[in-house]
Amino acid sequence: MQQLLLDKVSFSRDEVPLFTDVEASWPAGSIVQLQGANGAGKTTLLRIIAGLLRPSAGRVSFNEVPSGHYDFLSQLLYLGHQPGVKRSMTPLENLRWYFALNGLKGVQSSARPDEPGYVQALAKVGLRHYEDVPCYQLSAGQQRRVALARLFLSEAPLWLLDEPFTAVDVHGVALLEERIQAHAEQGGLVLLTTHQSWRVAGLEVLDLERFKASGARG
Amino acid sequence: MSGNLPAPGSALRAMFRHECALQLRNRSELYNPLLFFTSIIVFVPLGISPEAGFLKQLAPGMVWIIALLSVLLSLDRVFQADFEDGSLEQALLSGQSGYMLVLAKVLVHWLFTGLPLTLLSPVLGIMLALPAEAYGCLMLSLFFGSGALCFIGAVGAALTVSLRRGGLLLSLIIIPLYVPVLIFGSGAVSAAAIGDSYGATLAVVVAFWLAALMLAPFAALGALKINLAE
Repeated sequence: MQQLLLDKVSFSRDEVPLFTDVEASWPAGSIVQLQGANGAGKTTLLRIIAGLLRPSAGRVSFNEVPSGHYDFLSQLLYLGHQPGVKRSMTPLENLRWYFALNGLKGVQSSARPDEPGYVQALAKVGLRHYEDVPCYQLSAGQQRRVALARLFLSEAPLWLLDEPFTAVDVHGVALLEERIQAHAEQGGLVLLTTHQSWRVAGLEVLDLERFKASGARG
Repeated sequence: MSGNLPAPGSALRAMFRHECALQLRNRSELYNPLLFFTSIIVFVPLGISPEAGFLKQLAPGMVWIIALLSVLLSLDRVFQADFEDGSLEQALLSGQSGYMLVLAKVLVHWLFTGLPLTLLSPVLGIMLALPAEAYGCLMLSLFFGSGALCFIGAVGAALTVSLRRGGLLLSLIIIPLYVPVLIFGSGAVSAAAIGDSYGATLAVVVAFWLAALMLAPFAALGALKINLAE
């Protein structure tokens, strides 16, 4: 059974606990939203799950593979605040670079998307005819969409999306909802943070306020 | 589950191409170290003395010192942009070997700083009245030496990547490590200039280059991971 497991994950920054003993597990096909006020540690938790940050205590594993491990990374798509889109490159070049390193990350396939695939994905996020325009000429929202185009190709079983809807218009949000839903139906697991209102069926919520360290400092 | 990533070879090639394209798009930054290198070498005869006998003695050390400084100047941008726009974490989370990715980045950086310096050096040798028999040694020592400088410097660049103005700290970390390369590099050219055998000294520079090429990416990768965990 594929599942993401958080086992008593705690994190403190400079001795100040951010959250303690977060315990959760979700099976494949779940869509989970991390909730909490600004500074509650949503981004931190996502970075811990991705393996960029080491938790102060506890473990994270996906299908029994600990986070940060090669077999974990080869199933992961992570989208952070800074999505790694090069401003001096065109959307097409950006996508090519991403998938040259990542591939589709589908089960047992080292395939890369082909050129029509890239163009199609860019068209889906509304960047048709912008394929060969350098990204610095695009708006903030369009630059964000270049990164989001990855979602329309990737088959990675685990998606970690940090504020994917930032700077995206209503129509774009609807498209993303649809894509996230479809990914979950194909057995993907999606974890995301957002402050925008959005709707998908069967949304689960992890409220980080519940795991807030109990006030006592030090 | 393993084996669902693109083959390391093709990922490395793509990374290489991507980095080269990026360097070519930011062309003004490319000319900077070269301009620095050329202008100082031009100023030396003008400002100190145009007398060939005097310049001849100065030339090996001078060319090497300026080459070292121009590499140092270019270092802070090796990882900076990638760190700030998130490309670095995307690359490291792709599951591809981080060692390989860092190696590709630094190699391309050298290709666009150290290699042009090497190719330019004979012209500047002429300006400094370097004896004819030293040109081969000058180019060889700069070819390997600038490679060593780039790789050693990448460790410092990785350590200071999250500091907005890490230039000073970077120099402080890196300059002591550059001293041995400078001593052997300019030593080899000096020996060649007076007609001595320089093989052994040059071999030490090549050894520095090999050691840096193999070990520095590990250190740089470790430093980058620490900075990403901030």
